[in-house]
Amino acid sequence: MKVVVRYFAAVREALGPGEDVEVDSRADIASLRDALAARGGRHAEALGRQRVLRSARNRVLCAESTALADGDEVGFFPPLTGG
Amino acid sequence: MAKARVSIRADDFDLGAEVAALRAGDGGVGAVCAFVGTVRERNDGAAVESLELEHYPGMTDAAIESMIDEATRRFGVRAARVVHRIGPLAPLAQIVLVAVTAAHRGEAFQACEFLMDYLKTQAPFWKKETGPGGARWVDARVADDKALARWGIAAGNVDGPAGADPAQRAGAVPEKR
Repeated sequence: MKVVVRYFAAVREALGPGEDVEVDSRADIASLRDALAARGGRHAEALGRQRVLRSARNRVLCAESTALADGDEVGFFPPLTGG
Repeated sequence: MAKARVSIRADDFDLGAEVAALRAGDGGVGAVCAFVGTVRERNDGAAVESLELEHYPGMTDAAIESMIDEATRRFGVRAARVVHRIGPLAPLAQIVLVAVTAAHRGEAFQACEFLMDYLKTQAPFWKKETGPGGARWVDARVADDKALARWGIAAGNVDGPAGADPAQRAGAVPEKR
């Protein structure tokens, strides 16, 4: 199945605004992140476990254990600093 | 029709006009509390020449709407308005407005502080500062996570996600600090 990945802030600067990604039907956000980081290079640098990141599924903040469905939008970004 | 509760925009805002509109025609209001956040000229000891604010379009409005719903449940807010600016901002500029009305001051003060504490770690905004040494993304602060924890909500911002979306977390915790 396919999901739409979107990046923000420092992650966006490293990887661009986002990309469509093919994932396993049992994928969750953690496995998606690890698969992206396993590409190496900039992806490993921006999405690896050495980074503290937050994530959203379909524009709601969520834990990385959240399961994914076909067509989902997943956001990866650094901790939030608004206000 | 009621005025929109959330505005994310580049344009500045007028505190007086916002408050006037918020309480217009509501004779049940006995208290108005408003907070305005502004750009400091120094942050963490370094001069700030400009501040760039990025957000997640399509997510930010809904996230803040759910925060206002939660504040209304907890404190009996009569009306609330949040304006958050995006794009480049200069020192001294206004960044954010949170304004609430309630019957009495206790609820108004609490709801305003609750909304700001909530927004700091759960609304998808990111700040990038530019100074003499170049540009850098602003680090999230442990103090902001602690501020939200006072209301019984785990922020999960500095140390990574706590596990649930804000509405689920809010529903699972004590009503007041």
